[in-house]
Amino acid sequence: MQFEMSSLIPVLPEVFLLTMACVVLVVDLFLKDEQRIVSYALAQIALLLAAGLTVAVGSAETQIIFDNHVIRDPMSDLLKTTICLVSAGAFLYAKDYLRDRDLFKGEYYALGLFAVLGMMVMVSANSFLTIYLGLELLSLSLYAMVAFNRDSKAGSEAAMKYFVLGAIASGMLLYGISMIYGATGSIVFQEVANGIPNTDMNDMVLVFGLVFVVIGLSFKLGAVPFHMWVPDVYHGAPTSVTMFIGSAPKLAAFALAMRMLVDGLGALHADWQQMLVIMSVLSLATGNVIAIAQTNIKRMLAYSTISHVGFILLGILAGTQEGYTAAMFYTIVYSIMALGGFGIVIMLSRRGFEADQLDDYKGLHDRSPWYAAMMMLLMFSMAGVPPTVGFFAKLFVLDAVIRVDMVWIALFGVFFSIIGAFYYIRIVKIMYFDKPVDDAPLAPVGMDTQVLLTVNGLSMLGLGLFPAGLLTLCSAALS
Amino acid sequence: MIALSDYLILAAVLFSLSIAGIFINRKNLIILLMCVELMLLAVNINFIAFSHFLGDTAGQVFVFFILTVAAAEAAIGLAILMVLFRNRRTINVEDLDTLKG
Repeated sequence: MQFEMSSLIPVLPEVFLLTMACVVLVVDLFLKDEQRIVSYALAQIALLLAAGLTVAVGSAETQIIFDNHVIRDPMSDLLKTTICLVSAGAFLYAKDYLRDRDLFKGEYYALGLFAVLGMMVMVSANSFLTIYLGLELLSLSLYAMVAFNRDSKAGSEAAMKYFVLGAIASGMLLYGISMIYGATGSIVFQEVANGIPNTDMNDMVLVFGLVFVVIGLSFKLGAVPFHMWVPDVYHGAPTSVTMFIGSAPKLAAFALAMRMLVDGLGALHADWQQMLVIMSVLSLATGNVIAIAQTNIKRMLAYSTISHVGFILLGILAGTQEGYTAAMFYTIVYSIMALGGFGIVIMLSRRGFEADQLDDYKGLHDRSPWYAAMMMLLMFSMAGVPPTVGFFAKLFVLDAVIRVDMVWIALFGVFFSIIGAFYYIRIVKIMYFDKPVDDAPLAPVGMDTQVLLTVNGLSMLGLGLFPAGLLTLCSAALS
Repeated sequence: MIALSDYLILAAVLFSLSIAGIFINRKNLIILLMCVELMLLAVNINFIAFSHFLGDTAGQVFVFFILTVAAAEAAIGLAILMVLFRNRRTINVEDLDTLKG
């Protein structure tokens, strides 16, 4: 096999991000504590330029390089750009939070950039090997980030739980991959897909492998019954890390599902559809019902994540072009919503006060009408109230599911969305109609963070009024 | 001649042992980390066996990557274990209960 320099062009964003992550690591060594802002600036420049490069090397055609192990197609372009931008937003929100808690260190940004690199590798993987390496790069960085506050008991416990359950998930996934490799004789997705019809006695081996792959996948997505880590990790991690875990990696997990189940194992659609039906129904039920009982907003948003994952799975299991488009639309919208939701939690917290109890939001309207308005938009969007974008995300998914004659599961989704609306709207009620318990003035927040929050909140309304643009992007990415 | 199925059964037994070890073990986090390693090694046996019987080297290459990643994973796991022990003075699994999960 000849190596051609031109095959490096499609992976230019990844190469650039890797270089910048190493640069941040080295430059940070020579900085004094008060100059730490340089590491932050380098990380932001890296993410924004990587997003720009992704757009620059992107095109409508599909390129498969590195001996079929890496793919660059419109789907990977769109997801990579979104991942970079959402991560840049997460870094911006986190800046003041980290500085107040003496966590403003270069390692945070180096680990964050490596996590983003892992996500980008996952998104453009074309073989089980590449997808595994990307997944591990992402997971290992995230384990370390959860334990970033070294003196926090909850943080280290959450990191340990995340690590053990994540490692089990990787093990399950690998076991499944080894079975699929044995049955089809390849780890490249197209060859796996071609090999499936030729398997005769291996059919059982193949389905056996598929079960393990789906289990590993649902661990990573956080779907019921493999969701145990989500509430604990969201609760125990520093809020800035919770925000990072809750937003961009969901896009990578979506890509993981699409690449493995659709590109690789598309011929087994009937088999994995049944598994996804069970998981999405359980996720919708468990996530929405248990979230009602939470008093900690980080735990509540964790259970809300589980229910949103149920919706994303609904779109994927439909198995049609509309279904995949709807799931992608939902995932992108969800990552922006989660960013804003945790962004508010970060902005209300200050040194020694985490703002993670629901009571801390009482009377927020009296203390800061603008924060309350943005939070209301985000909560309405998560609940799916028109005209916010969350409504359209749910509508497209339900539409795709009904088109494949699975009306009962669509009804189920609507039913549990209504139950779910209760706890989102309860926050709006708490903010607008209750008396504040906490009279301390809100911590001053930088102009950049305020602008980001405003853009983030209003985008819920903007995308909701004009959903066609993003939808066109998603359907073009998948056609 | 050892058949492919013998290797697969060995791998399946090791894999089940590691899963059982993770869920039954209630005392020590280090044993838990050992079980995680065992799990990855069971997968490696699978890959090598398939690779040999298919006459395809991709499986063996995969094993090298798994071994490397397993080393990195163990490093991170032990680092988190250190942090946990410093904060709580225990590595007993049952004591990990501040977050009700």
